[in-house]
Amino acid sequence: MDSRQSYVLRTVEERKVRLARLWFCDVLGHLKSVAISPVELDTAFDEGVQFDGSAIDGFSRVQESDVLAVPDASSFQLMRWDEGGEMSARMFCDLVNLDGSPFEGDPRQVLRRNLNRARDAGFELMCAPEVEFFYFRSDDPRSGPTPLDQASYFDLTTFDASSDIRRETIQRLEATGIPVEYSFHEDAPSQHEIDLRYTDALTMADNLMTLRLIVREVALAHGVHATFMPKPMAGVQGSGMHTHLSLFAGETNAFYDPEHPSGLSTTAQQFVAGLLHHSPEITAVTNQLVNSYKRLVSGFEAPVHVSWARNNRSALVRVPIAKRGKEPVATRIEYRAIDPACNPYLAFSVILAAGLAGIEGGYELPPEATTNLFDPAVSATIDNTELLPASLAEALDRMEQSTLVREALGEHIFEWFLRNKRAEWAEYKAHVSQFELDRYLSRW
Amino acid sequence: MEPLLCWPDAPPDDVVRGIELAGYSWSAAGDESTATAGTWSGAVVDASGDFSAAASFLRLLRRADLAVAPVLLVVRGSQLTDLAGHHELFDDFCVAPFHPVEFEARLAHLLSRQGLVLDDSDTIVYDALILNVETYQASIEGRPLDLTYMEYELLKFLAQSPGRVFTRETLLSRVWGYEYYGGARTVDVHIRRLRAKLGEEHAALISTVRSVGYRFGESRWG
Repeated sequence: MDSRQSYVLRTVEERKVRLARLWFCDVLGHLKSVAISPVELDTAFDEGVQFDGSAIDGFSRVQESDVLAVPDASSFQLMRWDEGGEMSARMFCDLVNLDGSPFEGDPRQVLRRNLNRARDAGFELMCAPEVEFFYFRSDDPRSGPTPLDQASYFDLTTFDASSDIRRETIQRLEATGIPVEYSFHEDAPSQHEIDLRYTDALTMADNLMTLRLIVREVALAHGVHATFMPKPMAGVQGSGMHTHLSLFAGETNAFYDPEHPSGLSTTAQQFVAGLLHHSPEITAVTNQLVNSYKRLVSGFEAPVHVSWARNNRSALVRVPIAKRGKEPVATRIEYRAIDPACNPYLAFSVILAAGLAGIEGGYELPPEATTNLFDPAVSATIDNTELLPASLAEALDRMEQSTLVREALGEHIFEWFLRNKRAEWAEYKAHVSQFELDRYLSRW
Repeated sequence: MEPLLCWPDAPPDDVVRGIELAGYSWSAAGDESTATAGTWSGAVVDASGDFSAAASFLRLLRRADLAVAPVLLVVRGSQLTDLAGHHELFDDFCVAPFHPVEFEARLAHLLSRQGLVLDDSDTIVYDALILNVETYQASIEGRPLDLTYMEYELLKFLAQSPGRVFTRETLLSRVWGYEYYGGARTVDVHIRRLRAKLGEEHAALISTVRSVGYRFGESRWG
């Protein structure tokens, strides 16, 4: 037993933890939890907790459906759901086959594998996402989303509940070891943003799983529904998850080069080139819902063109200007397509794979987009600029052709994801929408 | 525990690094008067530069009125033959370049024979902070801290040496261990998380020393 595990066992005893929650994630990015009694923890560390994988989305195989959840002691975190309430604790799990090999349906193992590949090349991926979401009065789909306020970007709302909810959410995140850099009211009514402080990609993916749960839990305690749906309301901005990325080589930021006029190293330029080149292939993973593509339209500050720019928020990849004096650490790039309804383990995996392909293949960075691509007059004149997929169906077509995505996700998840998402698209295609009823019912 | 005496006056970087990674305090003493003025737990003498000068300093340390012991001697491989005839002057030796873990093990071995071990008490107390190293629990003003393992280990390490400034690299190798890949940024991330968990009033227990690293508690220089 290593010292991390003894720390967990001792803490569980000292702090009188009643339930240990073992967390993992299905292929679509839903959080799954098995609660075990603290007396079982010892065995769980040694042998794992066996369960039937075929009941979980994306895990099913015809034979040998049993898998083991092995808790990762370094992710052990005490959690108190309410003041004075019972103490519980969570740990993220790695899923393994009965023979001990990594289970190919486990998104966390997929990210670990991709991070190890980057590590072999000498790089550690750091991420800092900006998570957007909405608060609504009810989660009843029939009543339609009702915002809590009509405020906008950076507004300081006074008499509504949402600033209290957000403050409480941030306290809970901080207490859970998820540092928040900024939080504010976003552009759309009742839309909020929480920016997380950068950390390594695996911890960040774990943090995002926890964040989605905490944001919803705190809202629910106030009788409010929080949603990470990418485009819950037509006519206003959707929710994205712009993610800041950098690669560290040991102590140094591999994206920073003071010798280069832009401050961006060759490694960074090749990473961006890779990300741009492969972006249409990875979009099905970073934007996995039918609804995701209603956000990726012009006019709502979401990227549409495959492009990069330094200070131009219409681009797919933005290179933010680092604060003066902070360049060696703060030089980074920002990927703006990804939305908060993704599976973060898989999304970070394909983003990393795309960037690394750029580095390994020595891709050339295309010229910077210097015009505002949101301006219809401008975007009409650009014919060579490639566009992101316009629908889930198109994104799946691009993904299906992609060796890069197939290798990054592994055969099992790649095939299952395509099958599952094709079925989602087929259902959507057969659906008759309000738009059609409003437009056609009386006229035809 | 008293500091270790280090010779020469400007000891080589790897010796300093070895001592600091092992968690001992030290002070350089290049001559007799400095050596006499202090009280020492032992000495590390680096002979890799000038063996005969080192040998005469070793003789000084063995003088009955000083009797600084135990003495760890650092030599280069090519100097091993010089050791002949000097064996009574040191207690153990280490061949440079050495691995810091070997260096630490030799020091710990020598010192433990004198009954000197690093802080072995169960509790570390600093102001409102209490750490129980036996039960792995930490509390501030009686409020238990919900720490992860690494956060706990980092806090423990810092709180064991209040007032001392640690570089990110030192923290990384001492707290995370040599096999860790994450880079020094990991330290910043964990410090940020620790401060959040200590709470606003106590976050300042850990201060950032610009372009050096971190310090727990008040500076030793007031």
